[in-house]
This record gives sequence, structure tokens and C-alpha cells, in this order.
Amino acid sequence: MYNAKAVITGIVIFVVLFSSPFWVGYLGQNYTKTDIVLPKDEKNCIEDVEFMRAQHMRLLNEWRDEALRKENRVYVSKDGKKWAISLQNTCLKCHNNYKEFCEKCHVANSVYPYCWTCHIIPTEGK
Amino acid sequence: MNTSRRSFLKVVGLSAFALSSGMASLAGTAGAAGAQIAPGRYERGAKALTAKRWAMVIDTRQFHSPEDYEALIEACHKVHNVPHIPGNQNIKWFWLDKYDRVFPDDMNAHINTKTRQAEYPLLCNHCSNPPCVRVCPTQATYKMEDGIVAMDYHRCIGCRFCMAGCPYGARSFNFVDPRKYLSDPVPNPAFPTRMIGVVEKCTFCAERLAEGKMPACVEASGGKVLFGDLEDPNSTVRQALAANYSIRRKPNLGTQPGVYYLI
Repeated sequence: MYNAKAVITGIVIFVVLFSSPFWVGYLGQNYTKTDIVLPKDEKNCIEDVEFMRAQHMRLLNEWRDEALRKENRVYVSKDGKKWAISLQNTCLKCHNNYKEFCEKCHVANSVYPYCWTCHIIPTEGK
Repeated sequence: MNTSRRSFLKVVGLSAFALSSGMASLAGTAGAAGAQIAPGRYERGAKALTAKRWAMVIDTRQFHSPEDYEALIEACHKVHNVPHIPGNQNIKWFWLDKYDRVFPDDMNAHINTKTRQAEYPLLCNHCSNPPCVRVCPTQATYKMEDGIVAMDYHRCIGCRFCMAGCPYGARSFNFVDPRKYLSDPVPNPAFPTRMIGVVEKCTFCAERLAEGKMPACVEASGGKVLFGDLEDPNSTVRQALAANYSIRRKPNLGTQPGVYYLI
């Protein structure tokens, strides 16, 4: 092959560069490292962590429709516990640190929901 | 190509069958996507007050001056974080006006001075046939099973059709951020505020009924405002309506208001 050394090196460099996003994604930080601070005094959320992490926004939408339109203002979770359907009075009672919980993850994921134009963020540290 | 009529029809039939079953399976997945997300289930609160048709009876005979309504207005606005905005952009949940503007149909030139000059309390009438619900393009406002005309601010796009539709002026638009006119922290931190660009109105305290509490204005009135089930002959509202002469606002429009006035 003519100029084999340069060609092969070039191909290797090209492949590494081309696949670099995958390597960065594979070796770099994953979403569990957003350093969110979980509530201290409560161990369990209404459902398991994986569900809450992936589906909390859909759950909130469903809560909204059930509470506002069907007057079903109590949620009975899988383990039988009853929860009043309220972002402000149920969720934020435990998740009372907006900066360290909601915001960190939302910023890391570049999502900016406008919940707080109406719902009231709890005052920190209480 | 040498295709017989018979084989052509076979192919057409088979492809029609394949397409239709494909569509059916697609429709199946779309239906599943609309199903419930949460693994739990939903129910009413144990203490929730329920009715077939909530209604309010306001005994205006027992209110002697506009100041008598102050406590009711204050209770309502405090519970729901309703701001007071000076000028024509105020937010109205519970407010007062004169007879000729409240009951224009019943107004005549020689009506007695006391009736004419008194102030009457106004709020959303929670009509049985609400024009605001008919005109809302996003179903942000809707009528619930118990007769309450409710709002979902998440869905409101601020088009103000409902304000044009409501013959009672019971809806207010947030021209400015209402939080600018509220104390910090807000009067009731357990209840949300509204945001700029949505329409709002009285909710008949649906969130309080769900907790087994009477509406804030009813509670603050000390029995001068009654609240109950219009479909229940033994309810306080039905008894008050049976024993007294009552009127409603603009009955000729056919909206069937749920707020009755004893005059």
C-alpha cells in the first residue's frame, strides 16, 4: 500500500474522533451524578425511585387531571399508602429544597418547566 | 405482464387485509399510550363533601352595608391569593356592585331607594349551562359533575373568549404578574397563585370542599350565606329557597346560575 503508515494512522484518528461522542457519553458523567440532595427525613417517595425519576412529570400531569377534572384528590400508591394530590402540599413537603433538588436535575437536563410561576417554591432549609 | 384477473384480486385482497390489521395494531398502541401512568389508583378524599349540584344562597337582607361583606371578600381573597390591583385590571373573585348592574332585568325607575342603593355581592354563578365552557377552545374551563365550573390554569392560553362569553363579568384576566401585588410570602402558601396571561375566577372553593370544609365566604359569613346541594330537598339551600323569595342574575339568558339572592 502506498503511504500505508500515514493512511492507517489517519483512519484510526478519524474513527476515534468520529466515535468520540459515544466514548464521552460512555466514560463521562451519567445522570445519577447531578449531585441532587434527596430529602433527609423521608426515605421513600410515593413510588419507587426509578419510576419517579423517569415518570414524575407524567405522574404530575395525571395528578392534575385527576384532581382538577375528576375530583379524585387522593392517590393510593402501589404499597397502599394514601397521598393528597398536591404538588405544593405533598411533593414539596419532603422535596423542600428547590435549589438542590428540582433545579439541579432540571438544569443538568436542560429542561425549564414553569411550575413556579403559579406554584410556590418552599422557603429553603425548613 | 401477464397477470390474470384472479391473481390480481388475490393480491389486492391480501394487501387490504394486511393494511387493516396493521392499522388496528397501531390504534391499539395509541390506546395504550392514553392509559394511566401511575401504578397506584385514584380516589376521593374520605372527608370530601359531595353533591349532585352545588349552589349558594346569599341572604342580602342580613347585610346592611357594603362593609358587612368585607369579611367575606377578605376571607376569599386571602385563601386564594387573589391580588388587589388598582385600576381596571383588578382580579375579581368576590366583589360588590349596585342593583342596576347586578340585576338589570329587574331594574325599574321607581324601585325603592334602599334596594337601589344597596351593594350586592358578586361571584362566579357556576351556571348549569355555562357559556364560558362552550367557548373555551382548550377545555381549560369545564363543568364538573357536581355543578362547579372549574378552571385548569395549566391549559389556559389567555384567549379571553370565556370573558367575552360570561354574561356576569365573573372572569378576570391577569394582565400583569399577580405576585407583584401579593405579599411575600403569599397570604396562603398552601394554594398556588396564578401567572400572567391566564384567566381566573371563583372556584366555589372546590379545593376546600375536597377537604370537608365549606367555601371561605360561607364560613366567614356566619350563616348569612348558605351553601349546599340543590338536588337534595332537605339541604339548607333548598329550605331557604322554599321559604323565601329569591332571584338570580339575568335569568332570561338561560344559563341557570347556581347563585341565588334573597332580596
